[in-house]
Amino acid sequence: MKIVDDSPPVLSALDRPNSYIGRSVPRPNLQRLTQGRGQYVSDVVLPRMAHVAYVRSPHAHARIVKIATDAAKKLPGVIAVVTGAEIAKVMTPWVGVLTHLKGLKSAPQAPIAVERACWQGEAVCAVVANTRAEAEDACELVEVKYEELPPVTDPEVALDRKTPVIHSSLGDNLCFERKLDVGAVDKAFAESDAVVETTFHFGRHTGVTNEPRSIVADWNEGEQRMTVYQGTQAPHMMQNLFAKHLGIAEHQVRVLTKDVGGSFGIKVHTYADEMATVALSKLLRRPVKFVADRIESFVTDIHARDHRIKAKIGVSKDGTINAFEIDDLTGIGPYSVYPRTSGIEANQIVNLVGGPYKCPNYRAQARVVFQNKNVMCQYRAVGHPIAVAVTEGLVELAAAKIGMDPLELRRRNLIPDDAYPTQSAAGLKFELLSHHEALAHLDSMMNYAGLRAEQKKLREKGIYRGIGFASFIEVTNPSAAFYGVGGARITSMDGATVKLDAQGAIVVHTGVTEQGQGAEAVVAQCVASSFGVPIEKVRVVTGDTDNTPYGGGTWASRAAGIGGEAAWQAGKALRANVVAVAAAMLQAKPEDLDIRNGVVVDKDKGTERLPLDELARVAYFRPDTLPPGFQAELMATRHYVPRAWPFAFTNGIQGSYLEVDVDTGFVKLLKHWCVEDCGTI
Amino acid sequence: MSKHAVDISLTVNGERVQGRVDARKTLVDYLRDDLSLTGSHVGCEHGVCGACTVRVDGEIVRGCLMLAVQCDGGKVETIEGLSDSGEVADLQAAFEQRNALQCGFCTPGMLTAAQDLLKRTKKVPSRDEIREHLSGNYCRCTGYHAIVDAVEAVAQARAKGR
Repeated sequence: MKIVDDSPPVLSALDRPNSYIGRSVPRPNLQRLTQGRGQYVSDVVLPRMAHVAYVRSPHAHARIVKIATDAAKKLPGVIAVVTGAEIAKVMTPWVGVLTHLKGLKSAPQAPIAVERACWQGEAVCAVVANTRAEAEDACELVEVKYEELPPVTDPEVALDRKTPVIHSSLGDNLCFERKLDVGAVDKAFAESDAVVETTFHFGRHTGVTNEPRSIVADWNEGEQRMTVYQGTQAPHMMQNLFAKHLGIAEHQVRVLTKDVGGSFGIKVHTYADEMATVALSKLLRRPVKFVADRIESFVTDIHARDHRIKAKIGVSKDGTINAFEIDDLTGIGPYSVYPRTSGIEANQIVNLVGGPYKCPNYRAQARVVFQNKNVMCQYRAVGHPIAVAVTEGLVELAAAKIGMDPLELRRRNLIPDDAYPTQSAAGLKFELLSHHEALAHLDSMMNYAGLRAEQKKLREKGIYRGIGFASFIEVTNPSAAFYGVGGARITSMDGATVKLDAQGAIVVHTGVTEQGQGAEAVVAQCVASSFGVPIEKVRVVTGDTDNTPYGGGTWASRAAGIGGEAAWQAGKALRANVVAVAAAMLQAKPEDLDIRNGVVVDKDKGTERLPLDELARVAYFRPDTLPPGFQAELMATRHYVPRAWPFAFTNGIQGSYLEVDVDTGFVKLLKHWCVEDCGTI
Repeated sequence: MSKHAVDISLTVNGERVQGRVDARKTLVDYLRDDLSLTGSHVGCEHGVCGACTVRVDGEIVRGCLMLAVQCDGGKVETIEGLSDSGEVADLQAAFEQRNALQCGFCTPGMLTAAQDLLKRTKKVPSRDEIREHLSGNYCRCTGYHAIVDAVEAVAQARAKGR
């Protein structure tokens, strides 16, 4: 009896030796982290390094009448006490606007508040000392005289005539407004059998990275260069901004980012206290370090998701969704955050609501208003949780109203799997999604019919269980449509340089950064696969604007899709170069050779022809033995940017099973299922 | 250095260390700033996150809630020491193999706390017991599942090896 299936597994195009894509491999950077030998910015120490602490406004809105710094300056260990007016001499303010968000306006924001503090926690004075403890001691001796101003806190009244205007030069408290009206919305509601309307409220939250925001700025007056060690997601973007606001050239700024203790979208923005730290280094001509403490993190790290959304859905008895309508109001603090603006989250919500469904009638209004609270900006999955909660909340309510099974209602309205390419009512372009396949998979995975039967049976016994669903679409791998077209110097491109070293190992320099999400492993997987070496032979270098190709960094699920593609292409290009060297050495045709497992082999039979360390030895140290006129090129660079589609949308659906204690209101999650179609990983 | 400086003498990772520290200086600041042992991390500075977990005289403590002067005459062990002695090598390997760390900022504290649990119990702890013991160590990348898997796997392997 034959008990073993001896037919070979079907090979995909990716299945050469060293096919690491789609496989789980240990990340190459983990050992240094498990041994506590990583290098986070909070670990960085430089000679003559000083520490800065900030005096922060205790008021939401106040005029700064006077700052008395004499007592602080006299404290031992204190190097300098610097106000906003003094910082303004070395650094210009910024305005967080993008031209493609038409009408978006904001006021100039300074590194340290000048004359007026606009939120509780805004820095009003800097104290630089030999140690952080001494700087904090001296902060307590800085006397700031404030004249309190009326604060604007509630977004609902921010636009009322009686409410004070935070920045008088702007005329009102409206930062940005977007209106969208697609199809025939009024007609669709009028013809619906049921219309459900409700209001959703979302509270602010923030990322709370374990390592707070950290920066060490080191201005070298002799070199006229600024070296910045920063826990950031976008080193090249920050290089541009530091240069721009210091009034120097980009090549005079180097941004270094090694290990980052969590980002989650928090560390991709311009923070006034970090800009001030850079300015202080220039002013004092020495390295200055700032690490936010936990309270500073809570009051200055960007917040997100403070939205009030009035929402409406119209359905027919047969389950057809006829129209969606939303009215979003969001308060973003006193400034639109630079350079990505604080309009993107609301804009994204307008884009994404109703996105999985084929409903052609959609009206949306979003108003983004200023208030005297900490700033809001883009944070992980920008706008998605709000858009999904609103859309799916409406779909559930509609299903209940017409008495239809909520999964069935989705099945009748999700964009069909054979409809692609297509676009949503809001105009989002979809290349290929799989809502129905995902839904069918979820249905069987959770045994939906069985769960419903169980739910019904238990209800009779007074046990209340609920089943909920959420279909979603997800923005990934943005093209220049996200920021570039709006005038921000945030590249959507990324590059990789791949080098064969003198012992035949591979070194990759990539523009994407590692925040713990595994970018180094992804890049190594791509290069090892496309070049043809064991992954242990690949070393990845990230986070250094002097030495890596220009790139956008890590945000919006782009590091693997864009940085990974560039790395794949660079590995392929180097392979061709190395095969050319081998062909020259072996007097063979390049097309007859291949690289497998770090060895040059015959393409047909796979017999070994030349190990890479021998090839490298000859190419680097005995190039005189190569044919006349032949030059070995052992380094290759490739860049990649998505051009065909503004975003690579992915999709998925999740299901939840929970129990509610009807006496106490406590909710207990029993089980949760996810189906996510994210493509090949 | 303020006028409240104190001379201390202690053992850190088996090495005798003498120094003069501010009385107010926390143990984790002393380890990081004075001894350049940056594997112990500072996350919250008020005893919540566990990133600064180190071992003092055999007990795990919050490096941010203990003063350096309190360790005078004591024996301090940090992740660097636990790594070099090989004491947590199997836990580290399991964390790496199972991707039980993302940004890695919590990992030294997590490993130190996990080792504390495995050292004090002869039997293999339940998943609930592992979760309970690690409940004072925050992983903000939220990779708890893999962390519990890794600790459980090591506990089972150690039990088998006994």
